[in-house]
Amino acid sequence: MDISGLLSGVAVIAEKNIRIYYNKPPVFIFGLLFPLFLFIAFYIGRSMDMQTFLPGFLAMTLFFTASSVGPLITPWEKRDRTFERLLSYPVTLEIILLGDTVAGALFGLIITAIIIAGTVILLKVSVAVPLVWCVATLLGAITFASLGALLASPASETPSNIMMLSSLVRFPLIFISGIFVPLSSLGGVGLYLATLSPLTYLVDIFSFGMHGYSVFNPVTDCIVLLAWTVALLVVSRTVQRRNLTKGL
Amino acid sequence: MSSAAIRGDALTKRFNSFLAVNDISIAVNEGEFFGFLGPNGAGKTTTIRLLTGILPPDSGSVEIAGINLSSHPLMAKMLMGVIPEHSTIYGDLTPVQNLNLVGKFYRMGARERDERIQELIPRLGLSEHRDRQVRVFSKGMKQRISIGCAILHRPRVLFLDEPTEGLDVQSRRLIVDIMRELQAEGTTIFLTTHNIEEASTLCQRVAIINRGSLVAVERPEVLKQTFETSKSVRVSFSRDVPAGFLENEDVSRITETGDKFILYTANPDAVVKEVVRRADREGLTITSLQISGPSLEEVFVHLTGGN
Repeated sequence: MDISGLLSGVAVIAEKNIRIYYNKPPVFIFGLLFPLFLFIAFYIGRSMDMQTFLPGFLAMTLFFTASSVGPLITPWEKRDRTFERLLSYPVTLEIILLGDTVAGALFGLIITAIIIAGTVILLKVSVAVPLVWCVATLLGAITFASLGALLASPASETPSNIMMLSSLVRFPLIFISGIFVPLSSLGGVGLYLATLSPLTYLVDIFSFGMHGYSVFNPVTDCIVLLAWTVALLVVSRTVQRRNLTKGL
Repeated sequence: MSSAAIRGDALTKRFNSFLAVNDISIAVNEGEFFGFLGPNGAGKTTTIRLLTGILPPDSGSVEIAGINLSSHPLMAKMLMGVIPEHSTIYGDLTPVQNLNLVGKFYRMGARERDERIQELIPRLGLSEHRDRQVRVFSKGMKQRISIGCAILHRPRVLFLDEPTEGLDVQSRRLIVDIMRELQAEGTTIFLTTHNIEEASTLCQRVAIINRGSLVAVERPEVLKQTFETSKSVRVSFSRDVPAGFLENEDVSRITETGDKFILYTANPDAVVKEVVRRADREGLTITSLQISGPSLEEVFVHLTGGN
């Protein structure tokens, strides 16, 4: 396997995506405005404790930002007729998929890092295990960027359709993942549903980093997120390969 | 015998129950200008996608300069430049940014990219537009950048799928000139086109595909010679001629196009002599007279089952 070719291809694809897609309106709306408005809607006027709310808010921000770039890229490229040309360059479908994931992950990392720095410095929140937050942010960015890549896989060359589909998938997840109701307060069906969502495990790691305790073991959280990442990428590859000819 | 720059062996591709490409084998020699013709829906674009690694074949294999495309896709693609049929370049970027991006895909260093871009931008007639976003460009200008993206890394093999389709005369000429220059420098060119005249004048060999299968692979002139019976004499006069004036036992069919008559015959020498004799007798001035062999278009129509 040509590792240098793979890495170089992933880097160029990611650079292309950053240059072209970061400033597209859907990324701004679905990646930045949505989590901001949700935060305002749930936080303002409810006298919630920031220490309790922050892990969920950070996880939600990372979830939305990291998964907002991926769904846009492939439909946009197919619509603009650049996708076929991209496939003719010295890259493979897997390299394109990884490049899209890296671009999404970097977007999530940058925005979340800014918010973390802002909250820690301005609001003076205390973080029990800062290193865990770093690992959580990195891992969460990759997992949800992979989700973004999967959401781009259906055979559509209409970005708005894909963005609608991605909202349909992402919105329910934030309500079952312990963001607005802390995981420790969930029980029965609520907790069962929460375990099905990858976002739950990110919220849990952020909670551990902030308070020093969590519902699940942090190592388990990391393993589950890694497993989700691999599964999302494998399914994305399969679906994209199947839909390769559609929209060329 | 020269080595094959492109070798497709027993390529087959189905889309559900539709057989798009049926057991096609093609070998294009190093440095050859190869034309690929066929009616709409014959399988041209699918074949070119299989040969360039854009689509995987259901069966069969492709080698580019001896490198298997399936097992070493990155190495094989490094040797290619491709201009897909409908594909374009990034509208959000300028010509220079597009070319730079492509250079990075081909792992060209910054200096090498810069030098090559400085060389290509004026050659493509884009000096005044080098830093404007491509989205505002005309189709011809976009196609020039598209060509630039395909040849930036000096590929050994260049695939062009309908590169001059719908372009203005200047852009078409520029692209044809560039193709000729590249071939003179030793680049192997695989050209898909609807423009049969273009294929006839540019290509050393042509392949004709119909309903997913190859029906001919030959030099254009050799193909034409296989259809000797469709030789013709084209003649025009300074004024109208009476009905039946050109009828002759050596002429199998007469068609009138504009101010010209086309007389189909197996014996053009006899027909020309007779036409000149009759025109002289009637005091007619012959404004043009030409003997034509069968055109590649006629061969194409015959082989693809057209009328």
